[in-house]
Amino acid sequence: MMSGQTGPVCVVLLALFVLWYVGAVFMNAPTQIDRYERADQAWTTGQLIEDTLAQDRPILPAPHQVAVEMYKTIFAIKITSKRSLVYHSWVTLSSTLLGFGIGTLLGVLLAVGIVHVMTLEKSLMPWVISSQTIPILAIAPMIIVVLGAIGIKGLVPKAVISTYLCFFPVTISMVKGLRSPQVIQLDLMRTYNASKWQTFWQLRLPSAMPYLFASLKVAIAISLVGAIVGELPTGAQAGLGARLLAGSYYGQTIQIWSALLTAAFVAALLVVIVGWIERRVLVRMGVKA
Amino acid sequence: MTLKEVVNNVAEMPASKNAVVDIKNLSLTFQTADGPVYALSEVDLTIEEGDFVSFIGPSGCGKTTLLRVIADLERATDGHISINGVSPEAAREQRAYGYVFQAPALLPWRSIERNVTLPLEIMELSKEERVKRAQEALKLVELNGFEKKFPWQLSGGMQQRASIARALSFDADLLLMDEPFGALDEIVRDHLNEQLLKLWARTNKTVAFVTHSIPEAVYLSSKIVVMSPRPGRIIDVIETNFPKDRTLDIRETPEFLEIAHRVREGLRAGHSNDE
Repeated sequence: MMSGQTGPVCVVLLALFVLWYVGAVFMNAPTQIDRYERADQAWTTGQLIEDTLAQDRPILPAPHQVAVEMYKTIFAIKITSKRSLVYHSWVTLSSTLLGFGIGTLLGVLLAVGIVHVMTLEKSLMPWVISSQTIPILAIAPMIIVVLGAIGIKGLVPKAVISTYLCFFPVTISMVKGLRSPQVIQLDLMRTYNASKWQTFWQLRLPSAMPYLFASLKVAIAISLVGAIVGELPTGAQAGLGARLLAGSYYGQTIQIWSALLTAAFVAALLVVIVGWIERRVLVRMGVKA
Repeated sequence: MTLKEVVNNVAEMPASKNAVVDIKNLSLTFQTADGPVYALSEVDLTIEEGDFVSFIGPSGCGKTTLLRVIADLERATDGHISINGVSPEAAREQRAYGYVFQAPALLPWRSIERNVTLPLEIMELSKEERVKRAQEALKLVELNGFEKKFPWQLSGGMQQRASIARALSFDADLLLMDEPFGALDEIVRDHLNEQLLKLWARTNKTVAFVTHSIPEAVYLSSKIVVMSPRPGRIIDVIETNFPKDRTLDIRETPEFLEIAHRVREGLRAGHSNDE
């Protein structure tokens, strides 16, 4: 699939790296020059470039600095260490997956209710939509505090925030998917005197599968965002969110970028896994390979 | 015999021998934003056991609506209709008919065999029974060997045959077909018409068949119902006497042409009313 595109894709990637390096030099140059002047040190352009790419706390770290940091914190440290990104990723991932599971279940159940019961559509749909107009950053601390007050701490409150974000695309897509069968197909089921339940299993649910998977890809990515956001108000204990917060407390930009890129990789990996399951399921459902 | 006499004759026929479908004074009016639409107006018709009845007429004449009323996919607003002596709803609940739509309406995620077994699954038959019946039905439409294919791997004509097999699989005595071959080309259509006729001769099912092709109607039917639009009504009912084992060759005979002529006259008369 990639064979004809490998070249162009590499060129684009390379261009991005070059851009990043150029950006790093320009962003970090003023502080570097400041430092030279305070130390009364003579400097050349070559040395300036070299130094801007090797600062301890750069405004924009260079790619290789982030790479080295990621290597150190992912591969060179025991994964049980509090400094290991693998450890923090797992903390975030576990609440992401829990939240994603509950959110998907909730989303599907809501959609099934909305499609089958007119009252539910009128009464629930406005709430479903308005729930997403509240900024998650505003509501996340509330959830943590409220659940903490009744003794629920750790994994569950973060998963609840993930759930809160990720049920939405699932509900919206599944409502559309469960309504996607054509009139002629519904008529067909009627001529067989099929029950609502049979029509659901044999027609509505299979019709909704492509819609479901499209929404799951969105849901799992924002579920990760939810977990990270959920880790911010907990006082930087553990997780990728905690690493981001700790990094910004101490101006550790390299640490922030490492956590950021790791989060991005984890999200990409999750989306790829969902995509892989999607292909497996759709091939079994006879979709042209 | 004038048109009027024919219509009267049909109306006066007693709900006789074995009326599979008995319709008296049936009307259906759709209430729309632009006012009422008279889809069917005072329709009288009897379909007897073993009949092959074609409904022909221009679009908007209510032929599909009439078939849908028989199938309980629409409800009549006035008049009487019974299927095997019971209401259309009761007949549908008894799975008294197989319905073939204009499009194959196969479920794309099911193999051909599993499409054919769909009604059997809904009727909760055992798996062995389902497979056995699917085999028989697929043989009737000459699709054996394609059980494991998915719908997209078949041509349009084969897909429609699969949908006919699906309607045959639960062995209802009444087959309702709504322009099943309308979207197919002439040659495929001729072939499927021949197959359908053979099937009818062999199984002795009662068939109600909607079409807008005069040759198709005359070739297939034992009874042709000519309809006209605005309001949708029956303007002529023509009985034909071709042998059950007829071939496409009869289309060249004078009898065939005579009946085709009468159908055409009927359609023209229906049209002149509003134009």
